[in-house]
Amino acid sequence: MYDSGKILTGLLIFALLLTFPVWYHLGRATPPPEPDLNTPVIAGLAKKECIEPAEYMRAYHMELLKTWRERAVRSGEKTYVSRDGREYPMSLEDTCLKCHSNKSRFCDQCHNYLGVQPNCWNCHVVPEEGGR
Amino acid sequence: MQMDRRTFLKMGGLGLLGLMAAPVIDVLLRSEPARGAGTSSGTAAARWALVVDMKKCWESGGSACQDCILACHRAHNVPDIPDPQEQVRWIWKEPFEHAFPEQRGRAESLAGKPFLVLCNHCSDPPCVRVCPTRATFKRKDGIVMMDYHRCIGCRYCMAACPYGARSFNFRDPRPYLSTANPAYPTRERGVVEKCNFCAERLADGLPPACVEACRYGALVFGDLEDPRSPVREILRTRFTICRKPELGTRPNVYYVVG
Repeated sequence: MYDSGKILTGLLIFALLLTFPVWYHLGRATPPPEPDLNTPVIAGLAKKECIEPAEYMRAYHMELLKTWRERAVRSGEKTYVSRDGREYPMSLEDTCLKCHSNKSRFCDQCHNYLGVQPNCWNCHVVPEEGGR
Repeated sequence: MQMDRRTFLKMGGLGLLGLMAAPVIDVLLRSEPARGAGTSSGTAAARWALVVDMKKCWESGGSACQDCILACHRAHNVPDIPDPQEQVRWIWKEPFEHAFPEQRGRAESLAGKPFLVLCNHCSDPPCVRVCPTRATFKRKDGIVMMDYHRCIGCRYCMAACPYGARSFNFRDPRPYLSTANPAYPTRERGVVEKCNFCAERLADGLPPACVEACRYGALVFGDLEDPRSPVREILRTRFTICRKPELGTRPNVYYVVG
């Protein structure tokens, strides 16, 4: 083989570059997200539960919000009835953010961890986060 | 399995009959879904309309009064961008010749007078017809709504609107907001926006922000299909005009000029 030295070095460099993400992050595990539920409104709740069971919210909150947005904006509906019969206004501001007023310590935790960038906040106003 | 021809044909015929019956049974069994559930708390109407009493506006408010404009723009987080080419406006003042160009030179007493203009919430809205994503649509109560989630910023609606009632966000509007109303979202760069007849306030049973803000009662809002509504009262007793009626868009904003 001609120029085997150059080729092998090149291959080695290429392989290193290709696996860069793997070895760069070796031993530097990103801590798992810890969404913070400690807000004054949640602390004041008698029964600490979201509008639907937590497992459902964890997996499907984006689907829920998508249907809310269609129903509230396009069908003019206002009230969401949860599966156990409780009623909530279909509004990010009036329902979700009333309790989860700590975007950076709640929403962003998982979103950043998973590298998703929901565009909610381009328009919806993030509530002010006081020093708690 | 043995089957003679006769039985086979009978079974086949029955099967076909069954297939034809299925859609009929489907229609018969379908129950009407509950309509309007969850909208009970707000004010409902068949066709919202606004009457702008310009006479009252000129006589009582004068040219300095901006109450309705400020109230609207504050309530909906409309940015105040100084560059006239990039301005965002939901309700503003326009000289008579611009608001009613077909009447130019015909009504001397109105020449140059400022008219309050906004989205006309047309009964036959051209903007709705051209929107490729149905981001703008007509609600059952007559409001021409924007779903900013769907707007792709193509601006067909702006080209279609004969009243110039729509504004495009050429830049992020947030830096141009002096006070943000956290209860109402802002817009982002690249979407079109316009007056929504305060659909969010109507849902809570409140009148539109501009109507509420006018100290002189020059703005009257109500349901055109309701014979006892205040707008019908004015349309019955006063002479009113609409913008560009010749285009057949059938606006739902009326003007009293004398």
